[in-house]
Amino acid sequence: MTVSTATGAAPASSPASTAAPPQAGMSKPPRKFDASRLLPLVGPLALFVVWDLVVRLQLVSPVLLPTPSATIVALVKGMAGGALLGDFLSSLNRTVQAFLIAGIIGVPLGVLLGSNEKAYRSVEFLVDFFRSTPSSALIPLFLMIFGVTDMNKIAIAAFAAVLVILFNSAYGVINARKQRVMAARVMGASRWQIFKDVLIWESLQPTFVGLRSGVSMALVIVIVAEMFIGSDSGLGNRIINSQQVLNVREMYASILAAGALGYVLNILFLVLEKRVVHWSGR
Amino acid sequence: MSTVINPVIAPTPAAAPFQPGPLGTHITIRGLTKYFAGWPLYEDFNLDIPKGKIVSVFGPNGCGKSTLINMIAGLIPIDSGEILFDGKSLAQTKIGYVFQNYREAMFPWLRTIDNIAYPLRLEGRSKAEVDARVEELVASFDVKFDLKRYPYELSGGQQQTASIMRALAPGPEVLFLDEPFSALDFEMTLFIREKLQEVFMQTGTTMLLVSHDLEEAVYLADQVLLLTKRPTRVAEILDYTDARPRTVDTLSEPSFIQMKKLSLEIFQREVRK
Repeated sequence: MTVSTATGAAPASSPASTAAPPQAGMSKPPRKFDASRLLPLVGPLALFVVWDLVVRLQLVSPVLLPTPSATIVALVKGMAGGALLGDFLSSLNRTVQAFLIAGIIGVPLGVLLGSNEKAYRSVEFLVDFFRSTPSSALIPLFLMIFGVTDMNKIAIAAFAAVLVILFNSAYGVINARKQRVMAARVMGASRWQIFKDVLIWESLQPTFVGLRSGVSMALVIVIVAEMFIGSDSGLGNRIINSQQVLNVREMYASILAAGALGYVLNILFLVLEKRVVHWSGR
Repeated sequence: MSTVINPVIAPTPAAAPFQPGPLGTHITIRGLTKYFAGWPLYEDFNLDIPKGKIVSVFGPNGCGKSTLINMIAGLIPIDSGEILFDGKSLAQTKIGYVFQNYREAMFPWLRTIDNIAYPLRLEGRSKAEVDARVEELVASFDVKFDLKRYPYELSGGQQQTASIMRALAPGPEVLFLDEPFSALDFEMTLFIREKLQEVFMQTGTTMLLVSHDLEEAVYLADQVLLLTKRPTRVAEILDYTDARPRTVDTLSEPSFIQMKKLSLEIFQREVRK
């Protein structure tokens, strides 16, 4: 009896149930609050709590460490039209200029060197050597060439970034999937066609890795250069000046601003990479 | 006066004259030699591949089945020897190649349809011609999936179908297939096998198929080329003449079973040697 009612009921209800509920389920997923999306906030919040406790319990002298809230207030005030904004923009400006120079030289040169392995082998040592040299060690050298100018800071940052970018683009071409190159060749593509239809595309993803590392590198060097090469603007300059007069609130706010700048630049390039190299990782 | 005014110079020994294959030969391979890491893989290897037939290459592991078709297709350089297509060189011949690993053969930055059209664009055909030819291929392959998608958005079987379409697009004289089914599930294998047979019956394109599956190799073949262990020679060439279209029923025909059995015997004989 139970069996027959079950089988009897099933056909009657199944058309309705297969037609409506799954579709409704597809278009309108149950609106449930997903707590796991808040996980990335846990770390920063924990840091702020620990920081706050350290200050309140006077584990570190308040002369050296302001409260997080005071720092945030200084950051927001400074960035909302305060002096911090000017320094932020001037660091950003230098970083972007250095990065553009590095990218415009580094990507084409890297792709060119990569597509001619003999050419790359002959400069490989130089690239690797200077890539491994801390660029800040070259600051005095650049000082001799460019003097204490704005150009100096941009030049050394560009120099640091260009090597990373060049290296990645070159290896992108060198490590292009051999089978794609073969596929193009077997279809009758000429060397130039293989270069523009396959190699350039294959190198895009490593090129983006290079660009991303390059912009981070440029920012690091710009900040260092602003600290130690006579400068009257920029986050690096602001950090060292605040430190000299023990204005720790300003100092920490500037450090956070520099961190935010680096983080946003990185994210920006990640998003751009995902857009352009849509096939990456698939 | 014993000066020799006209010294008799020994005539240079004439190179072995080129021996053309029998009538109906498409690809002639003479004196093919290829060393790998100092060891001969092929040494003075000769072979005639008939025109308008499907030849399946089968042999023990490491005997260089794929290497053989890659050398014929010009993907791997040969050490010495001569390979001619109807008397022409490779450069004068239009070929198509289907790779086992479709993922790394398609261009993921192009939509699937542009992948298929790529060899046509390389030939510099007009947009109208390209569109017409692609449409023709879509019709003959009875494509049910969206070609506007990128290859990585398609299933493996769909990608391999697209890559066969790409290889056939320019109307090649020879189609090379390097284990085209190994990365596919059974259902897709059956589908693509039928499509290949259909295309072959329509166009009569010479096809060279490398397979590690004996049933598959025999099913599609007009000729089964069995190779020995390295240094590789031809063990046997078997003609399989069952009428096309072959179907699932063919698989249980006595002639098919007989063919498979014979191939297997030769294969095992060679492996044990």
